[in-house]
Amino acid sequence: MLRTIGARLVDAVPTVLLVLSLVFVALRLLPGDPALVALGEYATQDQLALFRRQMGLDLPLWQQYFAFLRNMLMLDFGTSLVNQTPVIQLIRENLPYTIELTLVATGMGLVFGIPLGVVAAVNRNRWQDRGARIFSLVGYAIPDFYLGALLLIVFALNLGWFPINGGGTGFWDRMYHVFLPALTLAMVKTAFIGRLTRTSMLEVLGRDYVRTARAKGAREPRVIYRHGLRNALLPVTTGLGLSLLATLSGSVAIELVFNRPGIGEVLISAIAKRDYPVIQAGVVVFAFFVVAVNLLVDLAYAVVDPRIRVKA
Amino acid sequence: MSALPDESIAPAPDPGFQILRRLISMEQPGTLLAALVVCAFVVVAVLAPWIAPYDPLAQSYLRINAYPSSQHWLGTDQFGRDVLSRLIFGARNSLIFGLMAPTIAAIVGTTLGVIAGYFGGFIDRVISRLIDLLLAFPELLLAIMISAALGGGFWNVILVLSIAFIPGFARVARASTLAVRQEPYIEASVAAGLRTHTIILRHVLPNISAPVVVLMTLWVASAIRLEASLSFLGIGTRPPAPSWGNIIRDALGNIFGSPWPIIGAGFAITVVVLAFNVLGDALRDALDPDTA
Repeated sequence: MLRTIGARLVDAVPTVLLVLSLVFVALRLLPGDPALVALGEYATQDQLALFRRQMGLDLPLWQQYFAFLRNMLMLDFGTSLVNQTPVIQLIRENLPYTIELTLVATGMGLVFGIPLGVVAAVNRNRWQDRGARIFSLVGYAIPDFYLGALLLIVFALNLGWFPINGGGTGFWDRMYHVFLPALTLAMVKTAFIGRLTRTSMLEVLGRDYVRTARAKGAREPRVIYRHGLRNALLPVTTGLGLSLLATLSGSVAIELVFNRPGIGEVLISAIAKRDYPVIQAGVVVFAFFVVAVNLLVDLAYAVVDPRIRVKA
Repeated sequence: MSALPDESIAPAPDPGFQILRRLISMEQPGTLLAALVVCAFVVVAVLAPWIAPYDPLAQSYLRINAYPSSQHWLGTDQFGRDVLSRLIFGARNSLIFGLMAPTIAAIVGTTLGVIAGYFGGFIDRVISRLIDLLLAFPELLLAIMISAALGGGFWNVILVLSIAFIPGFARVARASTLAVRQEPYIEASVAAGLRTHTIILRHVLPNISAPVVVLMTLWVASAIRLEASLSFLGIGTRPPAPSWGNIIRDALGNIFGSPWPIIGAGFAITVVVLAFNVLGDALRDALDPDTA
């Protein structure tokens, strides 16, 4: 097992370097002078020159590249151009809110989605299944920020049950603040997980061992949950990684809707203010997340499926 | 055999027509409805200047944040602009992105995929590695990250959406090319001494076109959604030009004014994306009955 983990970690190294290189290319080589983009069209030549020197943009490209790699790997993101705070501090303050939102939303999505999928599969082609299908179709189509805005208008603004902004302090207050944003993302996720569970359940319920269980005289709930669901959950756990990243990207818009602190909010406002070091840090943090989640998914495969462990 | 002489000489039914018949039959009212919604969307988008009751950019400070009325069916926004007219022009915006981004992505992605699949070796390893890496990112996240570097504006959004979709097309095109490459007719073409580009253009491309076309239709919906998300985040279509995304963004900043722009624009996105998804699924089933 340790060897598997080690091998995957070694595998991730070139991926991290490749991702960082792409970020470097995107931020430095694509059209436009970064200094001009950061400071705006009305900056004077002196300001532009000062900015270039501060950011190391006057160095040869290969030196910039290695300096960039070193800084990013050491998590040295520089200071914000807007208020001179170290970028790492901004991230440290905001990242927990994003992680909290993503995890709570994923948990809620599992809690709603798995039973939905089971009910739909067990009652295939009956009204429960049709209802679940319509729910999933709408869930795939509705933009999360629209759903969030509707929930905000109804439950926070008109009914006053929930706060309209902020992240909260202390555990219960934070849970209170995260509820509506997480519910928004969870509803979209429920559509996805419900669909996944249904497909997987239908396949498992057609297997021989389920028929054997029934033939033995096992009661229906036991057949469905012990023999069916436990086996059906395998593809669901593997689909979870991708869906975790989808929720993470959805959190960007949701943070904006609910005026919540978070990495997405930091990145988007940095783009609006052209706060170059913060943009760079935000992009790198998201990229690290993608690499980390994929690594975890790979490891989860190895834990869940012994065949992969042996091969590695 | 002689009892059915006409069968052998009758022209084979046009496959395109058959697909259309399978697609739009009364047995599938959902698909029919979706097709109608898509048609309505396209008509509204194309005829926007003639249908819209007002200029979508005309401001009137005498009528701001108005609720729906007989003059303004969906009310007005914080600048007194007619919400319905903005939605109608927003449809035009969505249609442009919905058609252009998947088309460009299909062209570039298919090219990359075919090159990787046909030539193999080092080129294939480089392209595949890059595709795998990009596929690890959800499209929205990738789009946000590229937009962070590029900023908004029409061509940048086109570029961002296309890049977000390229890896998917490249993967499908590569897999299909690998399968086609094994076919005897490719071997025959090589043996006949045809030039490589002729083989690719005449024999490979036509045979991998079906999955690529299906993917394109499925991604029209994704492109519309993605553009709306980016515009909502303020890194897509730049105001004052109306996009369904930035209409919601503006209205959310003015949430105590009128909720109607949010309700209207969000409803429009949901219904159009839903219709394209249903139609795309039906098209996939019709083109490829095995996987249905």
